[in-house]
Amino acid sequence: MSRTLIHHRRRGKPLAPLPVLTPVALAIGVFAITPIAYLVDRATNSGWSGFVDDVFRSSTGYVVIRSVVLVVVATTLCTVVGVAAAVIVDRADLPAPAVWRVLLALPLAIPTYLAGFAWVAEFPGMKGLWAATLVLVACSFPYVYLPVLAALSQVDRAQEDVARSLGRSAFGAFVSVTVPQIRRAITAGALLTGLYVLSDFGAVGSMRYQAFTWEIFQSYRAGFNADRAASLAVVLVVGGALLVIAERAARGGAQSRSARSAQHSDRNGWSRRARFVGAGTLSALLGACVVFPVATVVRWFGRSVGSGVAWGDLGAALWASTRYSLLAAAVTTLLALPVALAAARRGGRLDRAAEGLTYVTHALPSVVIGISMIFLSLRVVPRWYQRPPVLVAAYVLLFLPLAVASSRAALDRCARQWEESALSLGSSQVRTLLHVTLRVAAPGLAAGAALTALATLKELPTTLLLHPTGTDTLAMELWTKTGVSDLEGAAPYALALVLFAAVPTALLGWFTGRHDHDAHA
Amino acid sequence: MPTPDPSLDGRVQISDLRRTFRRRGAGARLALDGASLDIAPGSLAALLGPSGCGKTTLLRCVAGFDVPDSGEIVVSGRQLVGDGCFVRPERRRVGIVAQDGALFPHLSVADNVGFGVARADRARRVAECLDLVELTDYATARPTELSGGQQQRAAVARALAPRPDVLLLDEPFSALDAGLRSRVRADIADVLRAAGITSLLVTHDQGEALSMADSVAVMFDGRVHQTDSPVALYQRPATLRIAQFFGDVDVVAASADGPTATSRVGRVVLVTAHVGAVVLALRPEQIHIGESTDGPRATVERVDYFGHDTTVSLRLDDGTVVRSRATRAVLPHVGDAVTVSISESVLAFPPPPHDPPTGREEPAT
Repeated sequence: MSRTLIHHRRRGKPLAPLPVLTPVALAIGVFAITPIAYLVDRATNSGWSGFVDDVFRSSTGYVVIRSVVLVVVATTLCTVVGVAAAVIVDRADLPAPAVWRVLLALPLAIPTYLAGFAWVAEFPGMKGLWAATLVLVACSFPYVYLPVLAALSQVDRAQEDVARSLGRSAFGAFVSVTVPQIRRAITAGALLTGLYVLSDFGAVGSMRYQAFTWEIFQSYRAGFNADRAASLAVVLVVGGALLVIAERAARGGAQSRSARSAQHSDRNGWSRRARFVGAGTLSALLGACVVFPVATVVRWFGRSVGSGVAWGDLGAALWASTRYSLLAAAVTTLLALPVALAAARRGGRLDRAAEGLTYVTHALPSVVIGISMIFLSLRVVPRWYQRPPVLVAAYVLLFLPLAVASSRAALDRCARQWEESALSLGSSQVRTLLHVTLRVAAPGLAAGAALTALATLKELPTTLLLHPTGTDTLAMELWTKTGVSDLEGAAPYALALVLFAAVPTALLGWFTGRHDHDAHA
Repeated sequence: MPTPDPSLDGRVQISDLRRTFRRRGAGARLALDGASLDIAPGSLAALLGPSGCGKTTLLRCVAGFDVPDSGEIVVSGRQLVGDGCFVRPERRRVGIVAQDGALFPHLSVADNVGFGVARADRARRVAECLDLVELTDYATARPTELSGGQQQRAAVARALAPRPDVLLLDEPFSALDAGLRSRVRADIADVLRAAGITSLLVTHDQGEALSMADSVAVMFDGRVHQTDSPVALYQRPATLRIAQFFGDVDVVAASADGPTATSRVGRVVLVTAHVGAVVLALRPEQIHIGESTDGPRATVERVDYFGHDTTVSLRLDDGTVVRSRATRAVLPHVGDAVTVSISESVLAFPPPPHDPPTGREEPAT
């Protein structure tokens, strides 16, 4: 028997494919946390006492309180709105459900700074906590809506019918039977929202609410007080970590079963009137979240067409945005794959550790990544400061958690049995990976890449901090022009950005919560 | 490596497999506790046992998806596991048919079947295998367009296509509804016999094992307790537990003196000679409600009418309850005093160390 056929291995273990994945995944995981290391290093640059002084300054205290209030209020409202929207879409049997699903995902395509400026332009008096909350809820409730809708579509409605037959009211049955099964999706969505609110820059910037990110950006930009910026960033990291821990604690145990068992009774439980009210509620929501900002931008655009659009600049910005978002999506997905594969298919302690490391940056606001990348690049490769590789690396760090999570979900959906069947048919591990695993997971992986591209497109603070000199993306042009109230000049960029971002968002909404007829029956 | 012995082609020798699962917080669970099994070349063997007995772990060890702590697996004279050697699943020439078929959803039926075949041979072999399972008309169909039974047949064709030494079937009929199941079973058994391939069918369904297989291995608690032909296994189970696993058995204490024994149900002829205290394993079809006034007495405790037959539960003088399968039109009533007689020879086993067990393992479905 030739040596190649024999493999000595540890006994009493399930077969774990592709051992090379573990070191690769670990390397990527370590890469993912380098910015934090440098951040801590920088924050304590002037000694620990300097760091402590910075953090415990009374002005820091106010910023902390403002941020906490914003996170609590905005996250709570987002959760309420997101869950309500998901329930209406899933249960009210509205006409053209696919259209509603897509429309309700669209707010994700509207950057908070754009929505913020649209509101301010129409109602110049808006500012502060409630204004920032309004913008945040309008733009980020889909973070709750999408996972909850996906979970709802997997719940077996026969269970609710049984609860009704056991004497529960419709609402009681929903609360006692369905809610426990979607609780995990709700807390996960709330976590996403909380982290987003904590890291958001556009809403607080446009509404001049002095939350953490705004303060950090100002310390960095205005006075080049880098140490204070780093100190505040460390506090923000801790805040993010606390949110992640809170979500873990609140996560429910019950998970809905596979879609395979999902059944839907033909009976429509909602009265005509309830459906009417549901459709009205959703329409009002869409009006405030999508129609209003888009209509405002279109009006500006109409005016700017009259006064002449700088088509050359617009084309350049469009090209820069496209290039960077596609590049970032490709690199991020490529790096996320080994991590997700190792975690999903090998699942050893080291594999899970690597996956955990990539999630750490999930709690990092992009301002923080931007600043730490500046420190890092100045220290390691000063030549690259404000060069494309550093910007792309920052995007990768920012969106790696997103890409790993969606790749992981896509891989988990590819049942082990397919791979095992392929192996037993004599297909090599690499061929199995390429022709079975990745093929079956391809739609999910593509969705993850689209999400990454979308996030890159909208990303503002890191782009502002790290953009290569002379390169202006859509988001940057928009920010600069609205910053000096040049609404007409900003309009073409805003419109291009929204139209561009709408494509991946619409796809996302289309695929979420579709009652697919079990592709792998 | 010695020259392959043709008489070993397709023979499967599994000896003394051990596999422990360590679960966080729950200690260790012994899934395989020295399991051994020998399958004759070209035969269809069934591995039968209740859920959790380790049969799926054994199958996964043979396929190479799980690595046992110790033990040896040899297929066609080629060592796959043992002595520090481990052949990867893709080099084993061991085919597998999963519970739900696990057809690749992104490939057509023909592409599924051709997946494991070298390109040069592919078209011809795919046609052959599709013909074998009578799915030629569905070559271009997607797996989702097939019925459950067709999916299973396609999965069998796919597994047979690369000409493996042995085919493993992991509860392949449990996902099918009852009406379809018996037909698909018969179809697949025919296909496997036509292909002349050594097959191992893992199942918890006694009827499936007895009706399909050439030999049946009964597995409890991670070990194979008896391997025999279906008839021998049903008629001469090695232990009381195995007897109870194959359908209804009532246990009655008795005293044996060689070929016969005396008990509450009278004097009976034993299948095998015993001496001293034994327990009799009585099947309901052996127990008859007597007409005469003499003989062992019993009271009718319960009558369950099934149409084609009726199960009558009888309480003996000492309180033991035995069941009789009656096919007569005239049925006794609850409370009637009757007599009991026994037909044919009776299985006897040494008395269990504690009270005779009355609970049965998962009843046949």
